[in-house]
Amino acid sequence: MVHLPVLQVVIPLMAAPALLLLNRPWQSWLLTCVVTITAFAISGSLLGTVYSSGTISYELGGWEPPWGIEYRIDLLSAYVLLIVSGVAALVAVASRQGLDADVASDKQPTLYVLFCLCLAGLLGIVATGDLFNVFVFLEISSLSTYALIAMGPHRRALWASYQYLVVGTIGATFLLIGIGFIYSLTGTLNMQDIAARLPLVDAAHTVHTAFAFIVVGVCLKLALFPLHFWLPNAYTYAPSMVTVFLAATATKVAVYLLIRLHYSIFGPNFALDVLPLNTLFLVLGLAGVFAASLVAVQQPNVKRLFAYSSIAQIGYMIVGLGLGTVIGLQATLLHLFNHALMKGALFMAIAGVVYRVGGSDLAHFAGLGRLMPWTMAAILIGGLSLIGVPLTVGFISKWYLVLGALEAGLWPIAGLVLIASVLALFYVWRIVEVAYFEAPTSLTEGAREAPLGMLLATWVLVGANIFFGIDTELTRQTSELAAQHLMGVQP
Amino acid sequence: MMGAQQVLQWVILLPAMAIPLLLLLRHYPNLREGVSLLASITLFALVTILYRDFTVGGSAEVVWIAIMPGLDISFRVDALGVLFALVASFLWIITTLYAIGYMRAHAEDNQTRFYVFFAVSIASVMAIAFSANLFTLFVFYEVLTLATYPLVTHAGTAKARAGGRTYLTLLVGTSVVFFLPAIIATYAISGSLTFTHGGVFAADTSPVLLGALLLLFIFGIGKAAIMPFHRWLPAAMVAPTPVSSLLHAVAVVKAGVFSVIKVGALIFGLDTLAGLWSTDLLLYLAAFTVIVASLVAMRQDNLKARLAYSTVSQLSYMTAGVLLATSTGLLGSSMHIAMHAFGKITLFFCAGAILVAAHKSDISQMRGLGRQMPFTMAAFFIGSLSIIGLPPTGGTWSKWYLITGSLEADQWALVVVLMLSSLLNIAYLLPIPLRAFFPGDVRPLEGAVGIREAPLPSLIAIGITSLMCVLLFLFPQRLYDLARAVGG
Repeated sequence: MVHLPVLQVVIPLMAAPALLLLNRPWQSWLLTCVVTITAFAISGSLLGTVYSSGTISYELGGWEPPWGIEYRIDLLSAYVLLIVSGVAALVAVASRQGLDADVASDKQPTLYVLFCLCLAGLLGIVATGDLFNVFVFLEISSLSTYALIAMGPHRRALWASYQYLVVGTIGATFLLIGIGFIYSLTGTLNMQDIAARLPLVDAAHTVHTAFAFIVVGVCLKLALFPLHFWLPNAYTYAPSMVTVFLAATATKVAVYLLIRLHYSIFGPNFALDVLPLNTLFLVLGLAGVFAASLVAVQQPNVKRLFAYSSIAQIGYMIVGLGLGTVIGLQATLLHLFNHALMKGALFMAIAGVVYRVGGSDLAHFAGLGRLMPWTMAAILIGGLSLIGVPLTVGFISKWYLVLGALEAGLWPIAGLVLIASVLALFYVWRIVEVAYFEAPTSLTEGAREAPLGMLLATWVLVGANIFFGIDTELTRQTSELAAQHLMGVQP
Repeated sequence: MMGAQQVLQWVILLPAMAIPLLLLLRHYPNLREGVSLLASITLFALVTILYRDFTVGGSAEVVWIAIMPGLDISFRVDALGVLFALVASFLWIITTLYAIGYMRAHAEDNQTRFYVFFAVSIASVMAIAFSANLFTLFVFYEVLTLATYPLVTHAGTAKARAGGRTYLTLLVGTSVVFFLPAIIATYAISGSLTFTHGGVFAADTSPVLLGALLLLFIFGIGKAAIMPFHRWLPAAMVAPTPVSSLLHAVAVVKAGVFSVIKVGALIFGLDTLAGLWSTDLLLYLAAFTVIVASLVAMRQDNLKARLAYSTVSQLSYMTAGVLLATSTGLLGSSMHIAMHAFGKITLFFCAGAILVAAHKSDISQMRGLGRQMPFTMAAFFIGSLSIIGLPPTGGTWSKWYLITGSLEADQWALVVVLMLSSLLNIAYLLPIPLRAFFPGDVRPLEGAVGIREAPLPSLIAIGITSLMCVLLFLFPQRLYDLARAVGG
């Protein structure tokens, strides 16, 4: 049991070469399922442990930090691990059929290899307490993501992947430069240690530069407006199941990383006198919310539409950070979880449509309200959650974000956040109208309900959207405690 | 005998529980309608039990679940809730009866979907009526918007889609952009959203802030259709007539007024309300809506559109009654919920009957129709009287108290507006039945073909509601007592 923090990462990491050797579609799928479900179980157990006995510090290879690498699971990491591994498990289960639409069966084993690598990378970023380790895992997850996107059915997937490769590499390089500066100043890579030593360093300019490099680098990865341009193509042209996974986890981990680096290493009040970071976050976040929502309203392709919606939703999370209060941070953490559920459900349902109808343009949805009632109901509920209708998770996020804004005395921000949810109504309703009011066309005629495995995964996510919208105990409590911990406020 | 608490739970669950049955029986129209009718009758019986319990001093309370700390879904029986629930559940029975005749005669598609969403709407109306706090009210307010959307767009045509778009955009838009922040701000300022006699705000809360909150609330409760956020109501008229009559003359719009009353009396408190800078401003806006909507109604040739604008105007009576911030004004508003409900539903039923039996929807074609549909037209006459506020119909009383309330509050302008509006009501409603019976020189287009009324279930429904208009004039005591208890 003491080794759970490292097993969380090592199991998917080791599964990758095993899958490469196995190299058979069906068996690979089964192994991936076992691995991801195990990872999910481990993260659940980790969260339980953190709740009952506080932060876990694991010394890799028995080397004591700061010399050895430390895996450090606090409430925030356990919470994010749970989201990432949970979504991964659902994606793995649904992939059996879900991949058939986009990926030839002889390529599927490779996809599972990359999938497990990517998962290991993402989990590693969250689990580790070592700054250089973060970079290594970021590269593992990024490289496998580039390859995953490139496996999309259209040739344009290659271009999308290349675009992301260039941007992602710039982001990773920036992060590495920042880490280098910090190492040169403090002589350590352990996050706890850095946090303790950084205030003692008197080379303020270098620290500020390091901070700037790190923030910009991470913001590229999390697609903060205006550094978002790689995301729509990547989500649109990647295989549908990969989109589900990336939309629900990759950007969330990047947001996690931003929070971790900002709050745990530099501290919540770092550099506020020289750098108006909070204002910057508020402005960029809101600009992202509006710009991306307005673009989403005009998209003819549903995958791309929701990709833009993802950029908008990331904007909400950044706004929460920019508020600079405990409730604001809590809103960000809640939305991190909740948005994973919404976009997971939506992209999973869309994968079902792609599987049956063969595309995700709006025209591919004509009349599906009757032909694929369960899938479309899932999109409807996911969409309502995105808008922020009560009894869904979206409402909870919005409530806290607005409460945070009002509490900070920033009522125009509260107003803008709510006006933006009306934009979400517009883009969601375009799909609803096409699906429920238009008669099936030659494209959609004869479409049946999505295969059971995909439908099941979709509805688990839809159910979670409703469940966590009504019983908020877990998410609210975890996010509240984590936010207080990060802000250094004693409960 | 169940305790009042269980009854309260069942009142909300029962309509929802009819849904699986309705779906199950989708291939057996008679059984399906039987279930609808049975559910509505049982619901009314349950609400009556709550009413009895309330009159002997009970106030049952149920907490379902705490979604966030201090924010729970919970229900409590109080005077206004009982009043609203009685009206809505009684009229659900009548509307179901009416719908059976109408939907079949009109050969509408997707009737199961229709009855299912109808049941969802009624369930959310019951939840709104008995909500113990603003949070619960808001949750079901939104559910009601979404549940009525498929009913509004029932026809599925391009016109229905456009209407549905306006409906959803305005209702969801106002509730999210104004209502929700007002609720969150109330929570942030006072720490409580529970409906409390005398309001929830501490005495030292900044009145400037409270005034701004009131603006947010009144504009945010889009269902009360104060101008300029009234456009959704005429847009909703693309729905089948039973929907227009129960939901867009009674349930949905009254849920709006109900929320206004609750916010005015139990979140702000009448005393606080009277002292706010924005109260008079909004009162004049409501008065403006009363007059302008009536004027617009006069210009509508489509009967349902005319009735819709008439509703917009009448809703602002009730909003204005609350904004008078006197107990008499509140009494008038609360009574008008019931009076307007019975009057307007009668008119809508008649409009539907005319559409089904004579296939006419434009007023200009209804000249001389009294010969073919004497019963319907007579009912239309009674309903019109109630809307205008003339004896022997119930509308007299509520208008009486609204005017007394305006006098008490020294709002002479509103007295004039109410009088003027009555005149306008006469001008746009009474000519319809009068010309139907006395067409003058113009001969009816098809000549005399004898009596050709709507299907019997629909006729019975029309008979009951118009009878109720008269009964409420003769025996208003119980309603008065309930409405009197609203302010506490």
